[in-house]
Amino acid sequence: MHRLIVAAAAALTVLGGAASAQETLKIGYIDPLSGGGASVGEGGLKTFQYLADELNAKGGILGHKVEIVPLDNKTNPQESLVQAQKAVDAGIHYITQGNGSSVGAALEDFVTKNNSRNPGKEVLYFNYAAVDPSMTNEKCSYWHFRWDANSDIKMAALTNYMKGQPSIKKVYLINMDYSFGQSVRSEARKMLGEKRPDIQIVGDELHPMLKVTDFSPYIAKIKASGADTVVTGNWGQDFALLLKAAADAGLKVNWYTYYAGGAGGPTAIKQTGLENQVFQISEGVPNSGNKAAMEFEKDFRAKTGISVWYPRAVNEMRMFKAAAEKANSIDPVKVAAALEGMKFEVFDGGEGFMRKDDHQFFQPIIISSFGSLTDKAKEPFDEENTGWGWHIVSKIDTDQTVLPTTCNMKRP
Amino acid sequence: MAELIVISTLNGVLFGMLLFLLSSGLTVIFSMMGVLNFAHASFYMLGAFFGFQLTRWIGFWPALVIAPLLVGVVGMGVERYGLRNTHKHGHVAELLLTFGLAFAIEEIVSMIWGKSPVDYRVPAALDFPAITVFSTNYPAYKIFMLVVSVVIFIALLVTLKRTRVGLIVQAALTHPSMVGHLGHNVGRVFMLVFGVGSALAGLAGVIAGPSLVTQSDMAALLGPILFVVIVFGGLGSLPGAFIASLLIGLIQTFAVALNGSLASVFGPLDPSLGASPLTDIWNVTIAQIAPILPYLLLVLVLIFRPMGLLGTRES
Repeated sequence: MHRLIVAAAAALTVLGGAASAQETLKIGYIDPLSGGGASVGEGGLKTFQYLADELNAKGGILGHKVEIVPLDNKTNPQESLVQAQKAVDAGIHYITQGNGSSVGAALEDFVTKNNSRNPGKEVLYFNYAAVDPSMTNEKCSYWHFRWDANSDIKMAALTNYMKGQPSIKKVYLINMDYSFGQSVRSEARKMLGEKRPDIQIVGDELHPMLKVTDFSPYIAKIKASGADTVVTGNWGQDFALLLKAAADAGLKVNWYTYYAGGAGGPTAIKQTGLENQVFQISEGVPNSGNKAAMEFEKDFRAKTGISVWYPRAVNEMRMFKAAAEKANSIDPVKVAAALEGMKFEVFDGGEGFMRKDDHQFFQPIIISSFGSLTDKAKEPFDEENTGWGWHIVSKIDTDQTVLPTTCNMKRP
Repeated sequence: MAELIVISTLNGVLFGMLLFLLSSGLTVIFSMMGVLNFAHASFYMLGAFFGFQLTRWIGFWPALVIAPLLVGVVGMGVERYGLRNTHKHGHVAELLLTFGLAFAIEEIVSMIWGKSPVDYRVPAALDFPAITVFSTNYPAYKIFMLVVSVVIFIALLVTLKRTRVGLIVQAALTHPSMVGHLGHNVGRVFMLVFGVGSALAGLAGVIAGPSLVTQSDMAALLGPILFVVIVFGGLGSLPGAFIASLLIGLIQTFAVALNGSLASVFGPLDPSLGASPLTDIWNVTIAQIAPILPYLLLVLVLIFRPMGLLGTRES
């Protein structure tokens, strides 16, 4: 009997292959898995777990098996710090987070302090979606890397597109009341003022973050303002419910958004019947025409049941692997050095780079609109079984997205 | 402007009626037993989730009847086997029981249905725009919610004012021990009232679920505002709860619609002062402080009229 167990154990070790021969590489995923942000956080978790499986199938990172450790932060900065400390105590050297710049700023501060106090136990913070510009400007940190275009980059691209739309005359701004929402609002005012001074801003609203369950009062106000276009950085349930209330009230306007494609968003848009009137700015869409990305999309949908909503997460994980291989180490200090200035072929095609000055990743940006899919061969992917999907209306190359930074990077 | 006022009034009345469905049960329970039932909003959540599940199995209309009844049964169970046993240890024990219960229900719900919102849809029969005010559509489902709330309000009022059961309940509100001395089974009255109160909260959940969001934190989002309603309306006063619910519904909706700030009344601050906390306060709009207005009201009522709007006794 005893012999049998030894044999079985030996067989398992052999079967486990190279990936389990070495210590697992754990990545702490700190995002909301309960509360108002849960729908978004769960989608992100599925994405990262899928990406970890993808890496592990090819031998992991330098032979280390990759494991995603989910840590629920309830979209709350204090809770996030508790979870980050928990991760550090468990010997995790890489954390990733995306939802909420309030959380992002807290984590950025956390890793900076942690790394200066505990040399040899550094932690890297990989940011896949917290887009407050200050995180790569005045508050920048050497230990933070951001794969999503920051809010200013997105707004610059969005307003460049809006500049060429003469039908836009009255714009209403509605955003969530925290650092990111406030930066969307002030940048929209500033950039629209420069590029289209004839546009009138007829409303500028900040509402509590992830707390509103019925947006009808806000929709009534938008309607009363006579706006023809709404610009919003709302995400998660704050976008889905906003559109749902708009659909109920029959509000017909154009929507320029950051995150219309998030969970519940597409369903709500279909309900409003606003075909090709809802625009989204992102670094990728399912119907991008890139063959490798569309193969990935197909397989991802089959396994997880959701669409690829974070092409930037794919970039993050693949680039992490490339950087570790370049450094020939999974030591966070060496990986950080390898990531600086690194060039990378992004998920949807085209070259991006991680700017050394502020650790902001620059990549091609896509503006897309949501509507029915006519050519099933070219655009096979719809969203949330609505039969509608994203079409590319404009693509901006990497070099056109570069904005200056005020970051004064302190290097170790 | 007229459009905004009409729509905001409709929205405000609707939200107010929903609050009333919840607070009517809470205020009656509070005044009879002297216990602030922290788990009351949890019954509302249970109603929404039962409604969602039963809608899946047997359709919306049967669910509309069965789900509140189930919640009522759960409520009676809590009274019979929980509160009645802790009653002898005083109010603090009862309060802690309901407090713990609220957390337990939230955890159980998220264990069964998960933490993200469930797909609880408006029934197809009511999924169309009912009326068009100026150019804004008003969904049929919201009209339906309004009608259900008004019907319940009238039924409740008639039961309390015109029936023998109502007479006993009313007596028990003000003189619980006297009612017991007169030979009524106060324990059973308590249990039934608790059951009916929970069922009403459950009904509110069933009808609010598709319109708002059905998820495991919905109780926590609505819970605190219920306490504002019952304190503001006055202990044990149904008309008080009714007025307070409507008022808070309207205040919240209209506050969102208003753009006024100190800056718009007195003009912007001199830019030479630079950015400071003062400029933030100066520029904050009424819409932005809308969520805290009810709590401000709570504080003011407690200071200036502790018995509430229509309340008759202070404790």
